[in-house]
Amino acid sequence: MSAQNLAAQAQKWTKEQPWRLYASQITVLVRNEVRRNLFTRRRIWVYLLALIPVLLLLGHNVFDRSNRDASQIDNDTVVLAGIIQLYYFRLGIFFACMGIFTWLFRGEIVERTLHYQFLVPVRKEVLVVGKFLAGAIISILLFETAVIACFYLTYTRFGSAGTFYVFNGPGLGQLGPYCLATALACVGYGALFLALSLLFKNPIVPGALLLGWETIAPIFPAWAQRLTVTFYLKDLCPVILPSSGPMAIFTVVAEPVSLFVAVIGLLCLAVAVLVLSCFLIHRIEITYTAE
Amino acid sequence: MTPGARQIVFENVSKFYGEVLGVNKVSFSLEPGITSLVGPNGSGKTTLMNLLTGLIKPSHGSIHVLGLTTRQPVEFFRQVGYCTQFDSFPPGTNGYDFIYWPLRLHGFAHDQAAKLTNEALERAGMAQVARRKVAGYSKGMRQRIRLAQAIAHHPSVLVLDEPLNGLDPMARAESIALFQAIAKQGMHVIISSHILEEVDRISDRVVLMSSGYVVAEGQIREVRREVRDHPMQILVRCSNAAKLASAAFELDHVVEAKILTDGQSVLVRTRDSEQFYLLLNKIVSAGLLDVDAVAPADDDVNSIYQYLIGSDGGPA
Repeated sequence: MSAQNLAAQAQKWTKEQPWRLYASQITVLVRNEVRRNLFTRRRIWVYLLALIPVLLLLGHNVFDRSNRDASQIDNDTVVLAGIIQLYYFRLGIFFACMGIFTWLFRGEIVERTLHYQFLVPVRKEVLVVGKFLAGAIISILLFETAVIACFYLTYTRFGSAGTFYVFNGPGLGQLGPYCLATALACVGYGALFLALSLLFKNPIVPGALLLGWETIAPIFPAWAQRLTVTFYLKDLCPVILPSSGPMAIFTVVAEPVSLFVAVIGLLCLAVAVLVLSCFLIHRIEITYTAE
Repeated sequence: MTPGARQIVFENVSKFYGEVLGVNKVSFSLEPGITSLVGPNGSGKTTLMNLLTGLIKPSHGSIHVLGLTTRQPVEFFRQVGYCTQFDSFPPGTNGYDFIYWPLRLHGFAHDQAAKLTNEALERAGMAQVARRKVAGYSKGMRQRIRLAQAIAHHPSVLVLDEPLNGLDPMARAESIALFQAIAKQGMHVIISSHILEEVDRISDRVVLMSSGYVVAEGQIREVRREVRDHPMQILVRCSNAAKLASAAFELDHVVEAKILTDGQSVLVRTRDSEQFYLLLNKIVSAGLLDVDAVAPADDDVNSIYQYLIGSDGGPA
């Protein structure tokens, strides 16, 4: 079959089955973006963000041979909850998503390669979804691995008591919600940073404002707290952290939401922001010198 | 105006970057064939190409390519290939992947995409180095691999921004032959180039631009005829140059008839070339002299460029 016939055949196929075309385009986009963004030296700092607690826990296990009594398990469970809820959800995943998702489009503008994405027969909405999924896969892969590693290192030091806690106690029941919340954190923050990167030439400042908002939101009324990612993540977590510090005085306790509402709420937030990104992408023009 | 299904149509297109003018009130329609955009730096050639391919959006007006707009990207970019001037590539890519993966985005299956990739690499003369990283390519090779990507999916409209830059004479000749072959298949080839001799040789028509405006547009001879401020120059080599010069002087529209140093050639400058050719026919028919050669001396892009834009046709 000649090349012209191939082109004509592909054209016919895409007219008849556009959704199959979109799916195949998203697969190609995800594959290319994952290769481009996961296995690169530029992402070493993201690996470090994910691995810092893992390395600390590993060091703790190797060098601190005391406190291995089974009675310590509850204390360490709270420490693990602190690592996941205070470090990963508020800082690690937040900054990693800022790096990964803002770079999906801004990075291509900096490298002057975005025009290649705009000169192929791909709807810009498909481009946004493909890039978002790639970012989500990268961040979820990294942070799920990190959270599972933290979980393993927390309980492995207790030997058989730790094994019992994981498999016969509440252990695995806690890991599931942590993994779910980690994935949702990546999706929620990812969608927000993708939109910010399309809205602002330098998304660092609005990113810092978002971090500030996520941090101080607990002192605002319950309805305002629902406009944060951490609000939903907090209700997904199986271990409640005790409030402490000066912020605790001003904290407005919002009524917790059910698991279903938390998951659906975060997904709705991510989808809404993604839809916004699909509109914003149409504003982007290739004028590298003006960036 | 109804945008034609075979035409590229610009309707009153303007583009402003803030307060800076990119192009202003551009209206024309192009038929299939090779069209060259010619003009000095900053005249708006690249802006026009970026507008055509949707990389930037017009502030006013509309653009239709074969009846399509960039709001139908799937259909539009099946028909259009654009080789930009941006000398940048996705990090770590090699020549083969640079062509193969965009073809997969076109919807081609692996085998089809591989076939088209190999064909494009062959056509651009890059098959031997396809598996090398693009970062290690010379400027000419980078130019050719971009060209290969632009032609890989067999577009009906090929847009090329300075495609001959950085190419050695052999590669330049091969590229020109490729453009001509594509144009012969009834496709559009739109080229911006500052190498006016080559533009002149290959173009079916030109669009002359200056400071964001289209100064002239059409077939080169038509455009030349429209430039009435500069009489046409016609070189005639004949058996009696003095007789021809004196006959030419009797015509009102002839402003100069100069006998050249070889004594057998006359350079005539006339405001009405058709009338002059009639005179020449009469003289020859009457057997007053023998004509060896007649050739227009300034109906080329370089001359038109000089007359309309005013520089020597240097780097545009």
